[in-house]
Amino acid sequence: METIIFYMLAASIVIFSVLTVTTRLILRAAVYLLFTLLFTAAIYLMLNYQFLAAVQLTVYAGGIVILIVFSVLLTSHINDRLELESSGRRIAAGMVSLVGIILTTATIANANFAPVKTDALTMNTKAIGNALMSYGDNGYILPFEVISILLLAAMIGAIVIAKKR
Amino acid sequence: MSEALYSYTVLIPAVLFISFLITGLFGGKMNPLISGFISTAAILFGLVVSYYTAYQYFIVDGLVEGAYPTHVAFDMVWLSFTSTLSINLGVLIDPISILLLVVVTTVSSMVHIYSFGYMKGEFGFARFYSFLSLFSFSMIGLVVASNLFEMYMFWELVGVSSYLLIGYYYQKPAAVNASKKAFIVTRFADFGFLTGMLLLAYFTGTFDLVALTDPNGLAIASAPVMGFMGLSVVTWAVGLIFIGGAGKSAMFPLHIWLPDAMEGPTPVSALIHAATMVVAGVYLVARLFPIYVFSAPDALEMVAIVGAFTSLFAAIIAVTQTDIKRVLAFSTMSQIGYMMLALGVSGYGGEAGTGYMASMFHLFTHAMFKSLLFLGAGAIIHAVHSNYMTEMGNLRKYLPITHITFLIAALAISGIYPMSGFFSKDEILVAAMANNPVYFWIEWAVAGLTAFYMFRLYFSIFWGEKREYEHTPHEAPLSMTIPLLLLAVASAVVGFIPFSQFVSSDSIPFDVHIHWNIAIPSLLIAAAGIGVAAFMYLKPSMTPDKVAGRLSRIYRLSYNKFYIDEIYLWFTHTIIFGIVSQAASWFDRHIIDGFLNGLASLTNVVSEKTKTLQSGQLQHYGIYMVSGVLALFLIFIYWIS
Amino acid sequence: MLADIPVEHYSYVALFVFFAGIYGFFTRKNMIAMLISIELILNAINLQFVAFNKYLYPDLMEGMIFSLFIIGVAAAEAAVAIAIIINVYRRLKTINIEKVNSMKY
Repeated sequence: METIIFYMLAASIVIFSVLTVTTRLILRAAVYLLFTLLFTAAIYLMLNYQFLAAVQLTVYAGGIVILIVFSVLLTSHINDRLELESSGRRIAAGMVSLVGIILTTATIANANFAPVKTDALTMNTKAIGNALMSYGDNGYILPFEVISILLLAAMIGAIVIAKKR
Repeated sequence: MSEALYSYTVLIPAVLFISFLITGLFGGKMNPLISGFISTAAILFGLVVSYYTAYQYFIVDGLVEGAYPTHVAFDMVWLSFTSTLSINLGVLIDPISILLLVVVTTVSSMVHIYSFGYMKGEFGFARFYSFLSLFSFSMIGLVVASNLFEMYMFWELVGVSSYLLIGYYYQKPAAVNASKKAFIVTRFADFGFLTGMLLLAYFTGTFDLVALTDPNGLAIASAPVMGFMGLSVVTWAVGLIFIGGAGKSAMFPLHIWLPDAMEGPTPVSALIHAATMVVAGVYLVARLFPIYVFSAPDALEMVAIVGAFTSLFAAIIAVTQTDIKRVLAFSTMSQIGYMMLALGVSGYGGEAGTGYMASMFHLFTHAMFKSLLFLGAGAIIHAVHSNYMTEMGNLRKYLPITHITFLIAALAISGIYPMSGFFSKDEILVAAMANNPVYFWIEWAVAGLTAFYMFRLYFSIFWGEKREYEHTPHEAPLSMTIPLLLLAVASAVVGFIPFSQFVSSDSIPFDVHIHWNIAIPSLLIAAAGIGVAAFMYLKPSMTPDKVAGRLSRIYRLSYNKFYIDEIYLWFTHTIIFGIVSQAASWFDRHIIDGFLNGLASLTNVVSEKTKTLQSGQLQHYGIYMVSGVLALFLIFIYWIS
Repeated sequence: MLADIPVEHYSYVALFVFFAGIYGFFTRKNMIAMLISIELILNAINLQFVAFNKYLYPDLMEGMIFSLFIIGVAAAEAAVAIAIIINVYRRLKTINIEKVNSMKY
C-alpha cells in the first residue's frame, strides 16, 4: 500500500516539477511549485518525519510560495505570457541536465546501499528540541545560533535593499 | 713576507678616498678653498707616507737575501670563486710600486698646489679638487694593487676620473666630445684587458699578482701549452692585456684620444696625460713582466714593435703641430713609446734586465720633466690667453721663472747631460742596441726629432718674434711657480740616483755605467736637433715655411696627424654604421620588435575572442559552472578510480 | 515498508527534480521564475538528505536537522532575492535577467 502511494507521489512530484519549469504563465509556475512542495511534505510524513513535514508546509509552502506570488503581483503583469526562450539556450540547458541526470543516476545505481538494520530513533519534537539545544556530540546548538544570525542578517538586508529611497 | 709591515700604506688611498667623499659631497656647501685645502692636505699626507715608505723599504730595511722583498702589506678577500681563485683587495709593496707611489704623489701634490693659482676663481673649483682626489685615489689603488682584478677595477676608476676631468668644462662641446672619446677608446681597449685577464686567470687559476709573477712559481708553468693559431694561450692572454695597456698609454692605433684630451684644464693634462695615467699601461706590462719574459716572448716582441713605431709616429706628428699642448701630448706619446720599447727589448735578471730598469727610470724622469713642461705651458697659456705658438714669442722677458724651468725641462727631454733625461734615455738606447740594432737606430732618430720639436717649441715661445700683446703677460703667481721650481730641481737632479740599485727586473740590484759608445751619438743627434731648431726658430725667419713647402706632402701628413682620425671616422660611418648597424637595427626593429608586437597583438586577438565569455549574463555563468562540475564529476569518479 | 522501496528510488526522484530545477534556472528569463527553479533545487536536496538519513543512518538525526536548516536558509535567501528583484524592477522597469548585464567586458 505504502509503495503505491510512494510511487504515485513520486510521479506527481516529477510531473509537477517539469511543469514548473516549462509553463509560460508565471502564476502557474508558482502553483505547480506549491504542489511539488506539498507532495514532498507528504513523502516526509510517510517517512515518519512529522516535524520536518510541518516545517516544510509552514515555511516553504506557506511562506516562500506566498512571497513569490506577492512579488509576481508587484513586478509583472500577471497575465503576460512569458516569452519563449531561444531554442539554442534550451538545447544547451537540456543537454547539461540530461548529462547530469545520466551521470548521477548511473553513479547511484552502481553504488551499493544496504539499509542499516539498527533501531530507528524516535523523531518527536521533544527529541528534536533537545538536539537543537544541546552541546556535545549530537548537539546542534551552533548551527542553530548561526542560522538565527543569518536570518537576522537576511531580514535586515532585505529591508535595506527594498527600501524606498 | 711579513704582512704587518708597511700596513700603514693602505692609509694613502684611504685618506684620498675620504678626501674625495668630503669634497665631493660637501664641496658645494663650503668655501671652495676649503675643498682645495682638504684635497691638498690629503695628497701631501700621501706624499709624506710614500717617501717614508720608500725610505723604510730601500734604506732601512734594504735587501733581504740579496733582493728587495715583495710584501703584501694589506690583504682582504673580497669575492671568492673557488678555493684558489678569488678577488682580493690588497696592497703590494715592491720596488716598482713604491717608485710609482712616489711619482704619483709627487706629481699630484705639485698639481694640487699649482691648481690653487691656475683654477682660481673658476666655477666648480671644489668639483675640480674632488675629481683630483678621486683620480689620485684610483691611480694609487692601481699602483699598489696586489690582485689583477683589483688592478682592473682601479684601472676603470682611473678611466672614469679621466673622463670627469677632461670634460671638466662641460659646457664646451669640444671638451665633452674629447672626454667621451677618451673614455670610449680606453674602454674599448679595456675589453682586451678583461678578456686577457680572464683567460689568464682561467688557465692559471689565480688572480693574485704575487703568485702569477713568481718566476719559479707554478702559475705560469701550469698554464697548458695548448695554443690557438700557433700562439700559446698565455701569449694570447698577455697580448690582450697589453692591448688594454696600449689603450690607456695611447699607443698606436689607440692613441687618438690623447691629443683631444688636451681640452681639459692644463693641470689635468699635467697630472693625467703626462705623468700618471698614461704610464698605467707601461706599469701593467712591468707588473706582469715575468710572465711576458718567460712564457710569452712573442707578446714582448709585439710590445717592443708597438712602442718603437709609436715613438717614431708621434715624433713626426709633433714636429708640425702649433698648439703647444698638442705638441706636448704627442711628445708624451713618443716618450711612452720609449718606455714600452725598453720593456719590450728587456730580458730578465741583472744586466739582461737593463731594459726593464731603464723603462722604469724613464718613467720616473719623464714624469718629472713632462709635468713640468705641462705646468709651464699652463703658466704660459695663463699669461698669454692663447694655446697657439704662432701667437707667442719673446716671452722670456715677461716670464723669467717659467722660462728657466721650461728650458731645464726641454734639455731634460732632449737628453742633454747632466739632466735626468740623459741618463734614462741612455739606458734605453743601451738596452735597445743589445736586443736589435734596428730599434736603436729608430730610437736614435726619434731622439733627434724630440730635441728638434722640443726646442722648436721653446724657441717659438720664448725667443722668436717680438710681438705686441694686448695685455702685458705677467709671471704666474707663487702657487704656480713653486711647483715649477720644485719639478725643475727634480728634473735636473734625479738622473744621478743610482737607479739600478733600487729597481730591476728581479729586484736584485746591479751596476750600470754610462756606455759612451751609445751616449755620444745620442748627444750628438740631440745637439743637431737643437741646432736645427735654433737655426729655424731662434730668430723670425722664412726658413720654416720654405722647408714646409719643400716637404709639403710629408708636412701635410704630419700636420693632419696622418689622418688616423679620419680613417677611424670613415670606418665607423661606412662599415659599422652603414653595414653592421643597418643589419642589426633591421633585425631589432623587425624581428625582435616584431616578435613582441606579434605577442601583443596575439594577446589582443585572443582576448577579443574570449571576452564574450564574460557576457554579464547570469545564466551563461551558471551553465559554465554546472558543466564544469559535471566534467569534474566525470573525471574524479570515473576516470581516476 | 522501508525495505520495499530501495533508497535509490528516492535518489532518482530527488535527482530528477534537481536537474529539472537546473534546467529551469538556465532557461527562464523572468527572474522570479528563476527563483522558483532555485527553490525546486533546494527542495530536491532536502528529499535526498532525508532519504539517506532514514535508510542509512537511522540512529542519527543529522540529515533531518540539516534539511531543517536548508529550509531556513532557503527562506532567508528567497526573501533577499525578492528584495533584490523588486529593486531591480524599480530601476530597470523589467525583470528580464538578460537586461541585468552591466558587469561584463
